[in-house]
Amino acid sequence: MSDLTKLTLTEARDGLASGAFTASELTDAFLATIETSNRHLNAYITTTAEAARAAASEADARYAKGEARLLEGLPLGVKDLFATKGHHTQAASHVLDAFKPPYESTVTQNLWDAGAVMLGKLNMDEFAMGSSNETSYYGPVVSPWRRRNANGDLTNDPLVPGGSSGGSAAAVAADLCLAATATDTGGSIRQPAALTGTVGLKPTYGRCSRWGIVAFASSLDQAGPIAKTVADAALMTQVMASHDPKDSTSVDVPVSDYSTELGQSIKGLRVGVPKEYRIDGMAAETERLWQQGIEWLKDAGATIHEISLPHTKYALPAYYIVAPAEASSNLARYDGVRYGLRVAGDDLIDTYERSRAEGFGREVKRRVLIGTYVLSAGYYDAYYLKAQKVRTLIKQDFDKAWDAVDVVLTPTTPSPAFAQGEKSGDPIAMYLEDIFTVTVNMAGLPGLSVPAGLSGEGTPMGLQLIAKPFDEPTLFRAGHVIEQAAGRFTPTTRWWVEG
Amino acid sequence: MEVDEATVRRIARLARIRITDDEARSLEGELSGILGWVEQLGEVDTDGVEPMTSVVPIELKMRDDVVTDGDKAADVTANAPMSEDGFYVVPKVVE
Repeated sequence: MSDLTKLTLTEARDGLASGAFTASELTDAFLATIETSNRHLNAYITTTAEAARAAASEADARYAKGEARLLEGLPLGVKDLFATKGHHTQAASHVLDAFKPPYESTVTQNLWDAGAVMLGKLNMDEFAMGSSNETSYYGPVVSPWRRRNANGDLTNDPLVPGGSSGGSAAAVAADLCLAATATDTGGSIRQPAALTGTVGLKPTYGRCSRWGIVAFASSLDQAGPIAKTVADAALMTQVMASHDPKDSTSVDVPVSDYSTELGQSIKGLRVGVPKEYRIDGMAAETERLWQQGIEWLKDAGATIHEISLPHTKYALPAYYIVAPAEASSNLARYDGVRYGLRVAGDDLIDTYERSRAEGFGREVKRRVLIGTYVLSAGYYDAYYLKAQKVRTLIKQDFDKAWDAVDVVLTPTTPSPAFAQGEKSGDPIAMYLEDIFTVTVNMAGLPGLSVPAGLSGEGTPMGLQLIAKPFDEPTLFRAGHVIEQAAGRFTPTTRWWVEG
Repeated sequence: MEVDEATVRRIARLARIRITDDEARSLEGELSGILGWVEQLGEVDTDGVEPMTSVVPIELKMRDDVVTDGDKAADVTANAPMSEDGFYVVPKVVE
């Protein structure tokens, strides 16, 4: 029965529809494997077994009546950033200690309305700030992937799954859920997907509702799926996306049936290869992977065009002004008064200062302070306004590119997964993980990471596709082509599985 | 941009985060490093460029000005560290 956990989302749905197994059996299989295996990966912060079993029972009843909805009975993991009514929702932070929201996020409500089952809340970098899932209050997440040495033997160093959606990526890659919700502000879906051999989509800004998602940077945050295949990601996105009147940045554009894009021809598709993404010191194997991706798309009938996105290198520093600035504003609410951790102080201000000092981790504090500084009197123009102007130029680079191409292909990350602690010394070394992904958030565009190969050490590498606003269909179509050519990558030694 | 310890303390006060002496010293280096790194934006000519205030160009949706929510004091205060009679209880604000 534990083999049920190895199924993809669409395979599981077919199995349930055909009666090969029940939703209760499927959910029980996941709950059992989480119980024995999660301790090795720390992907889940908490499981919601009772609610999961109840939802699975209801799903079985619906299948019996022929009333199955789009995701009926399919067990998913939910990133701790999403408000899940009555369940742990802390953005993996101590400052939101014991917070259980009396409301549900729109995105997760969409999933439950489609019949999905919640297995639990997934670990993440605190307040979504990080690229390695090493900043969580609940401890780091360990990737199910391990490096192989020259003899081909598995090494023991724990690798990071990427971040901030590290728990989501690790859980999907390790078969601890069929698919997971995640969020992406500077790369937090795509980078962990690339590091774990999974598919990750950051939809167009405004495609999915941000209502009920703990806010980090409101002009950059976007919810999206991490899944085992492009088909799975398409199905998840279709359900997660919606127009939401409760989110004023939610765009009223119809959600298409993204699954119909899979297998469609990309003959004549114009693929852009931006020369500025070829950075100094880029690993040879990353460059080879990129070339391989170009060949695959060409073989499928696409035409390849070199393009220029001249402001590419300024996206990351601009992001590290805009995102912390918005975060300093969004995190001002955590003051120990209405929810979360309160540390008693001599007076009200002292209570705020102590609650926040004890509640926030190091990286969060760093970013809140940077944000406070760049927004403060005398510095606002030089930093925040300047960064917002650079942001306009980054968007304009892409606007011009769309005249010549339909989709852009780049590597997702400069290198594959690194070991725990390897980049913790210098904040900027960690920030550089997002060098290929931040441009997409800054321009509000949709981006997909698809597994495309393994590194010399046997760890996954991904390719990123970027498209015009609301052109997720092209991403799924081209992503499917890459997936068909590259194949799927799963860890061959399942060292985290017990029993 | 170098930030000195006094500036770090001023920002921490603005951000309402208590920092220890050790933290103030290490943050001096970390924040200076990050702010120095973002200085490269000065290389970009942004004359005549509008700051991006709307990610996707849409009009703000309007709705009728009617009350559609409320009467949920119990829900709203459910997670409060200290509350009483539908109020949040805080240390006395002395004026």
